Amino acid sequence: MTETAVASEAAAATDHGHAHQSSGHDTSTGISNNKLMMWVFLGSECLLFGALISTYMLYKERLPDGELGPSDVFDIPFTSLSSFVLLLSSLTMVLALSAISRGDYRNFRIWTLTTATLGAIFIAGQIYEFTVFYEEGLGYTTNIFGSSFYTLTGFHGVHVSFGIIMLLAIYIMHRQGRLNQDKAETVEIVGLYWHFVDIVWILIFTVVYLFPQPESVL
Amino acid sequence: MAITEDRPLALESGEVVTKNNRPLGALTRPQSDVGWASWFTTVDHKKIGIMYGVGSLFFFLFGGVEALLIRIQLSQPGNSFLSESLYNQVFTMHGVTMVFLVIMPMAAAFANYLLPLQVGARDVAFPRLNAFSFWCWLAGAIFLNTSWFLGGAPDGGWFAYAPNTSATFAPGNGMDFYAIGLQIAGIASLVSAINLIVTVLNMRAPGMTLLKMPIFTWMMLVVQFLLLFAVPVITIALFLLTFDRSFDANFFNVAEGGSPLLWQHLFWIFGHPEVYILILPAFGIISEVIPTFSRKPIFGYPFMVGSGIAIGFMGWGVWAHHMFVSGLGPISVAAFSLSTMFIAVPTGVKILNWLATMWGGRLRFNTSMLFAVGVITMFTIGGLSGVTHAVAPSDTQQTDTYYIVAHFHYVIFGGALLGMFSGFYFWWPKVFGHKLNEKWGKINFWTMLIGFNVTFGPMHVLGLQGMARRHHSYAEADGFTVWNQVVSLGSFVIAIGVLAFLINVVVSRREAKRNPVEMGPDPWDARSLEWSTASPTPVHNFDKDPVVQYQDDWWHRKWGTNDEGTIVRIAHPEDIADDGSNTNVHLPSPSYWPLVLSFSLPIIGYAIIFSLWLLIPAGIMFLAGFVGWALEPADDPEAAHGHDDHDDHGDNHDAATVSVGAEGASVD
Amino acid sequence: MTDLAVNHDSDLHDGSHDDEHHDHPSDWFYIKIALILAFFTLIEVGTYFESVHNAPEWAMYAVLTFLMVVKFVMVGAYFMHLKYDTVMFRRVFIAGIVLAIVVYVIMFLAYNRFGFA
Repeated sequence: MTETAVASEAAAATDHGHAHQSSGHDTSTGISNNKLMMWVFLGSECLLFGALISTYMLYKERLPDGELGPSDVFDIPFTSLSSFVLLLSSLTMVLALSAISRGDYRNFRIWTLTTATLGAIFIAGQIYEFTVFYEEGLGYTTNIFGSSFYTLTGFHGVHVSFGIIMLLAIYIMHRQGRLNQDKAETVEIVGLYWHFVDIVWILIFTVVYLFPQPESVL
Repeated sequence: MAITEDRPLALESGEVVTKNNRPLGALTRPQSDVGWASWFTTVDHKKIGIMYGVGSLFFFLFGGVEALLIRIQLSQPGNSFLSESLYNQVFTMHGVTMVFLVIMPMAAAFANYLLPLQVGARDVAFPRLNAFSFWCWLAGAIFLNTSWFLGGAPDGGWFAYAPNTSATFAPGNGMDFYAIGLQIAGIASLVSAINLIVTVLNMRAPGMTLLKMPIFTWMMLVVQFLLLFAVPVITIALFLLTFDRSFDANFFNVAEGGSPLLWQHLFWIFGHPEVYILILPAFGIISEVIPTFSRKPIFGYPFMVGSGIAIGFMGWGVWAHHMFVSGLGPISVAAFSLSTMFIAVPTGVKILNWLATMWGGRLRFNTSMLFAVGVITMFTIGGLSGVTHAVAPSDTQQTDTYYIVAHFHYVIFGGALLGMFSGFYFWWPKVFGHKLNEKWGKINFWTMLIGFNVTFGPMHVLGLQGMARRHHSYAEADGFTVWNQVVSLGSFVIAIGVLAFLINVVVSRREAKRNPVEMGPDPWDARSLEWSTASPTPVHNFDKDPVVQYQDDWWHRKWGTNDEGTIVRIAHPEDIADDGSNTNVHLPSPSYWPLVLSFSLPIIGYAIIFSLWLLIPAGIMFLAGFVGWALEPADDPEAAHGHDDHDDHGDNHDAATVSVGAEGASVD
Repeated sequence: MTDLAVNHDSDLHDGSHDDEHHDHPSDWFYIKIALILAFFTLIEVGTYFESVHNAPEWAMYAVLTFLMVVKFVMVGAYFMHLKYDTVMFRRVFIAGIVLAIVVYVIMFLAYNRFGFA
């Protein structure tokens, strides 16, 4: 919920940002307040996801014998596809920023919507994955693997969903003429958040899905 | 501070709009900045700071009453004044209240009021986020305390060890209120930390380099970074607890392989930085008070800054000393013992520097200074008993006894709280335009100090005798009776001391109204920028943006050296301070939405505890707050566009037409 | 007023502000970065299939961790512009990452997850 407030602030920046302030030349460091806010927030997010990933890694190894574990449910080819989708969305995000910075609004709209769509595909894939896992017998309450896996990937999914909302918000603001080349920084800030979420997925994909799975220890 | 202008206002596009009273229908921004209603919509960092102060004092009384209830219960062996269950709730809420609803917001009060002033800014970087932080904290605080009426307060201790907090062992709603209430308060802390970090880094006045900032600003900056990185850790811990309790997850379910130790680790990874989050603000406050009343600059400024940063860093590497009895294994215990002993070093540096600042100074022992000296002495006692905890064998003996209780009250009460009181006496004239009464101040100080020592001193003895904390009662044969009665007596002496403070507030205010004394902007001959403007601080802070040359810049504007090298006064504060007469300053307009957005959060909390149907009103309120926030106009078009580059170039030179710090105006 | 608002804080400001928006690479450059990232991801996924599954576990961990870190750094440096932006962003972000790694690794050590203590 914290990111809601922060992002809402970023969205408000779009709305009200004065052209001459977007480059932040009025601050004592020469850095824009909004961008610094997002970076400081992302620094904090590192410890949030760190705690979740650590919890998952710890619990993966503490899973009692005979319980449904990672190697029983994971579908690596499918998740790889999702990972490519999210990776691609990072590219389209940066292309959207590049487009609006040079005033190419047509491409900005295309790439923004593409990014949001790719994000939505990722989320759809995650819902599908959760459904399959559930049908295979892994519920949220089934065991510590289920609890920690769904919590970690669920937190990430909520972050992606929130990113999609922000992308749609900047798209709508642009359609209303309230977000143009001079406010490209707002797109950049949303982009920072989006890339961060992608980075977290890079970690989760490797640590959760690809690392060799334990043959049920303990 | 809306300044109406007669000329039309320019839009960025260059077209001219004429004034329109209701440009966006319901989304106009509130206008008034006076009257009681304005407090609900204010985004002024000074008003928010005052509200934090009032709120924290209110909960201080709450937590104090809880403490007295505990002491009444323990004043007799085998007492049944409180039932076991109620006793658990009372001591849990006493801890939670004092840590999260008193010391932290009290520090936030000082930070909010003073940081922008000390760095020479007109407000924080994101004024609306600042208001959101305050309301969010208040919402969380109220939410926590409604648990008393909704099935019982939290009863698992303030650090809520798993699996004692599971639905099995804590079946009431109390621990749900704990987890969600602290979550909401945590959002407030995190948002406020981000806001204040950006403020201090980005909003400094010209010339105010990092190493010219006052120590208080420095310490608060370190605290904000600690919050920034520590809050997400407890956020996750609290989420895991909530999911366990509300959605049957298995995180702390031992039968399923869950690890209760994980809670301890996550809690104390947050919890130990939290200890420094509590104490560093007080360190900052007395680092302003002691130089002022010693009439000397702070001794070893770079060391004060460096040791503060070092404490902040090292605070991350000592958390497991709270867990020595949890079976960590000898290597972990040895490592954390060592790191804990090392953290005493930067703290010792600070104490040495305060003493060296006083050494040879021309000391003025008014109440503020007395409290500051009280911090040094009492905190040193607490710090020394802390070192005994770094020794793992000794700690093993003392864990969960009253010795621990004595220790942390010496650092939190004797350090943090006395520091805050020092700050109250020091900055009261800045905030309210009159000093607090010295006679009542001395009564306040001495009763509090004596009561404090009578209360917590004997707890060392009780602890070493083996009295365990959190026990509802003890037997006559245990031999704890006499010391417990002394402790209970002391707690009521503290209560008298607090009462003396409240009386002082009322008496001083009445006296100031009946017999106003012109005390000028700078009654203490102080050193930092907040004293260079009128008292109470005008709403726009400074008439003109300060330009800083020196550390302790304000002092250097008042004092210089003559040919013989002696220090002589070169200006009187009344002559060079801002008088607050500049009304041509553009300030951000108030806003309703922080209040709406933040009070949707406790409703979400009730939804999780009682009925998910409540998510509907909560969601609507949240969405309304969110959308309203994003869509409300940047500023009321009625207000002057201070920072208007489009058509103001001609007449911008002489008029001090300034806007509230750069982005602040645009974002808010 | 503007003359007062000049950059005056040399201890934090590394002068990159002025060229902040000039150094940004072309779209083609971003596409190349994405292709490299996709290639690394392919290798990562490749380790999953049977042929490499018999490799020793430590080698798997080493390769996967290395690729993960490289991808992480590339997204941070290029897509998030850390390479071109002011050093303060890098410091804040790296502070978070390093702190997270340190505390959680210590936690794992305390849990005896790495086979000693």
